[in-house]
Amino acid sequence: MSKASQKRAATSNKIDRRSFVSDLFKHRGNAIVATGLGSPTWDSFAAGDAVENLYSWGGMGLSVSTALGLALAQPSRRVLAMTGDGEMMMGIGSLGVVADQAPENLAILVLDNEHFSETGKQRGLSSGRADLCAIARGFGITQTMFVTEHGQVGDLADFLFKQKGPLFAVAKIAISEDPWSLPEKDGAIIAHRVRTALGVVKG
Amino acid sequence: MPSAKSKHWSDDVFREMKSRNISTVCTIPDGGLTRLLEMVGEDASMRLVTLSTEEEGMGVVTGQWIGGNRAMIAMQSSGVGNCINALGLPGAFKAPCLMLVTMRGQWGEFNPWQNAMGGAVQSTLEAVGVKCFPVDKAEEVGETFAAAADMAFNGKLSAAVLVSQRIIGAKGFGQK
Repeated sequence: MSKASQKRAATSNKIDRRSFVSDLFKHRGNAIVATGLGSPTWDSFAAGDAVENLYSWGGMGLSVSTALGLALAQPSRRVLAMTGDGEMMMGIGSLGVVADQAPENLAILVLDNEHFSETGKQRGLSSGRADLCAIARGFGITQTMFVTEHGQVGDLADFLFKQKGPLFAVAKIAISEDPWSLPEKDGAIIAHRVRTALGVVKG
Repeated sequence: MPSAKSKHWSDDVFREMKSRNISTVCTIPDGGLTRLLEMVGEDASMRLVTLSTEEEGMGVVTGQWIGGNRAMIAMQSSGVGNCINALGLPGAFKAPCLMLVTMRGQWGEFNPWQNAMGGAVQSTLEAVGVKCFPVDKAEEVGETFAAAADMAFNGKLSAAVLVSQRIIGAKGFGQK
């Protein structure tokens, strides 16, 4: 493959991730949000700390399977896995597990800037030919949404927080330099907050 | 539970699972797990989660525990190699992670491709902080599983029961 054909202009990647996530989360209600490591965790914290946020600082590839476990344990609660394109690719098979279990309360949002933004903005696989929505449908997640404009945030919120799942969405976000926004990093504290919010343990 | 068949270590493990409300089993199957997975699949109050790769099980059991359920992972020894980094997730969240591992590449193995992980399961698991419970007598699998489960759920730690190939038997592929 030639260098030129590997490089595809990311014309659709223009959404500002921080304001987009912030606006999206205005519609989240009491949904649990399980983030993938790195920028989606920083984005979720920047939108406002919440006890329903299951922040992650590691375990690359496991955000969807973690959210799946939560969704199956809490069938009456909406659960959103929000992650990046690289993290999604590493756990891509978990979309097959989600399709097989088919939890109606689980939604997945990939913030796709087509690059590994935490590690020096190296090009990722979704910048070439990999179409994440098509992959999700191929695994059997029939409901997908592809977002390229900030103005679609209301429709995306309806999709992720109100439709019957499992749901899968991709938002094409811009590569950006955002101020650090780092939440609690002690996993025991993070998990305890969510468990308390769910009433699994008494605070 | 198939009671007509002769007693099998899987029956003991299943009983200990039920008595501890372990209701979800994540798996990439192994021949040695066939009977246990059938029992889980046939129990309407339990959920079998078929994975695409074993490390997803670390995510699912962590999410299950955060959501208030007890879950575990059942896999073959070779699958343990897929889980090493992923074990950091339940570790970081201080979530219990209970694993039942049926061993290959350990006792009379026919297929040499199983030997690398077969010989490395316990040392690699221990290197990432997983408490290992090897067992090589069929009649001791149930109590070993019970001990590992109690330490995992009470201590919020990762624990693995390693069921010896000596119990499972070597797969011969019709040859010696």
